[in-house]
Amino acid sequence: MEKLLNELSSSGVPSYNVKSDVEIDVQIPRNLKRNSALGLPVAAENDLLRHFTNLSRKNYALSTVFYPLGSCTMKYNPLINERIAKNEAFNFIHPYQPPESIQGILEIMYGLERDLCELSGMDCFSLQQAAGAQGEFAGLLIIAKYFKSIRQTRTKIIVPDSAHGTNPASAAFAGFEIVPLKSESNGSISPEKLKRILTPGVAAIMLTIPNTLGTFEKNIPEISKLAHENGSLLYYDGANLNAVMGIVRPGDMGFDVMHINLHKTFSTPHGGGGPGSGPIGVKAFLEPFLPVPRIEKKKSKFVLNYKKSESIGKLKAFFGNFPVILKAYIYIKALGAKGLKNVSEHAVLNANYMLARFKDKINVPAGGRCMHEFVLSPKSLFKNDVRTLDVAKRLLDYGYYAPTVYFPLIVEEAVMIEPTETESKETLDAFVDILTKIILEETGLEPQKLKEAPVNTSVRRLNEVEAARKPILRWK
Amino acid sequence: MNIPQDLKYTKTHEWVKIDGSNAKVGITDFAQHEITDIVHVELPEIGRQIKKEQPAAVIESVKSAFDIYTPLSGKIVEINNAVLESPEIVNQSPYENGYLFSIEFADIKELNDLLDADNYKKLI
Repeated sequence: MEKLLNELSSSGVPSYNVKSDVEIDVQIPRNLKRNSALGLPVAAENDLLRHFTNLSRKNYALSTVFYPLGSCTMKYNPLINERIAKNEAFNFIHPYQPPESIQGILEIMYGLERDLCELSGMDCFSLQQAAGAQGEFAGLLIIAKYFKSIRQTRTKIIVPDSAHGTNPASAAFAGFEIVPLKSESNGSISPEKLKRILTPGVAAIMLTIPNTLGTFEKNIPEISKLAHENGSLLYYDGANLNAVMGIVRPGDMGFDVMHINLHKTFSTPHGGGGPGSGPIGVKAFLEPFLPVPRIEKKKSKFVLNYKKSESIGKLKAFFGNFPVILKAYIYIKALGAKGLKNVSEHAVLNANYMLARFKDKINVPAGGRCMHEFVLSPKSLFKNDVRTLDVAKRLLDYGYYAPTVYFPLIVEEAVMIEPTETESKETLDAFVDILTKIILEETGLEPQKLKEAPVNTSVRRLNEVEAARKPILRWK
Repeated sequence: MNIPQDLKYTKTHEWVKIDGSNAKVGITDFAQHEITDIVHVELPEIGRQIKKEQPAAVIESVKSAFDIYTPLSGKIVEINNAVLESPEIVNQSPYENGYLFSIEFADIKELNDLLDADNYKKLI
């Protein structure tokens, strides 16, 4: 394991030499001045360089390994987008600049809003939200405000158990009561079961499409009809939009509110906690409630309109994560309508190819067809107390990032795989071979190897339980 | 798998121990094994009125977070503070020291909906 800089530190090795020509004359009161040394680690420059280079070589990233992390869409991000986003024209703007001086920036944002409308069939978009879950939260606040404006008391949100886990969390955070709906074995929703819980107090139904099992909901027209006849709204969790671009539009299917995770579908890098971007789209009757400011086009000029009396307000300082917005815009413009449709078709094709290779050997709870991702349930094949966690750890030894495990919760010992459209057939084949070998052969022949895995990584199996129960959060 | 004969069970893997007008609630041995090592427990507030099958507690393991549903309607009268401090007790002793809360149940008829040990065994 690479040592921390503090551990590398040895007194007496001069490593830095900061001399300033500028005498800083600041009147700092004596009692506020530091008397002791700064306490920075001290290391030779060469050691420092090696430290960071060695760390960078330990990166498990898309640029070093296949990363089939289900639900996360770890696709290749065109490096040209990064390069454009680093351009001075974008990097040196300030959030407090007057709108007249950032017309180009506003044009890009306005253009992206229009493109997202076209792609989704919604009427209006807001780019402000920092990530998908904040998008959900914003959408739910809008739903709450809408019912308040028409003087209806609706306090419940229906969430199927095949939806993303953030859905019930966002709804609870927005003050709603959650009514869970048990899905069928392939993750779809039974309109009959829905009818039973669709009471007058239901504000909205939240659907993740494709759902967390990677299947497309077959009963959308009926669900939409039931919801709207009941006066409820329909929410589309668009985190998996990368499976349906150019093929079907949530707006056309009867959805009233949706969010999109730009950082998943539109290739802006994600993982490691950000940055994200979670635009929300609404039908025209919900436009007055969108967050402020709204970007509006007045003749040929773009303006920021804060004067929206029914708006849910501001959700984030300034205006979202602009570089993420920019990269999504470039991605859309570079690929065009046909290219985006291709992305979805290939994402679905790649996932189905892998699923077809797995399905005769390993249990696939949602059936033999999928959208952009699929879930395996290898439980019945496990011998010698081996569990999915052990299989995931063993994959690291073979140089793969492990897929999502134990999600969705409705599948026992789940392994959730999303290959994305940016991987080659050779990569997919090699991964299928290794995962099949681990589950079918190694669990029986070499269970000890799985229990001990990983052995080829820079650190061995970490004590996750102790790390959660008694975390050590600082170096001493 | 340990399934004591004197307890009642739910399909969602909670157990119930009736003691007069109160009932102690916890999760089964099967549930703790499936959930794996528990790292955090959230319990309801004492005095909270709760309806049958509503989420009453949350158990978090290294694997995921799980809602624990109350098998009976009523009022929460006591919680097991020990598992808040040391969540591993739920893994080690799911039926004794690792219980979650006690509820003063409101409707004795709801007891009929619970499973006995043999039927619960068939379920898993």
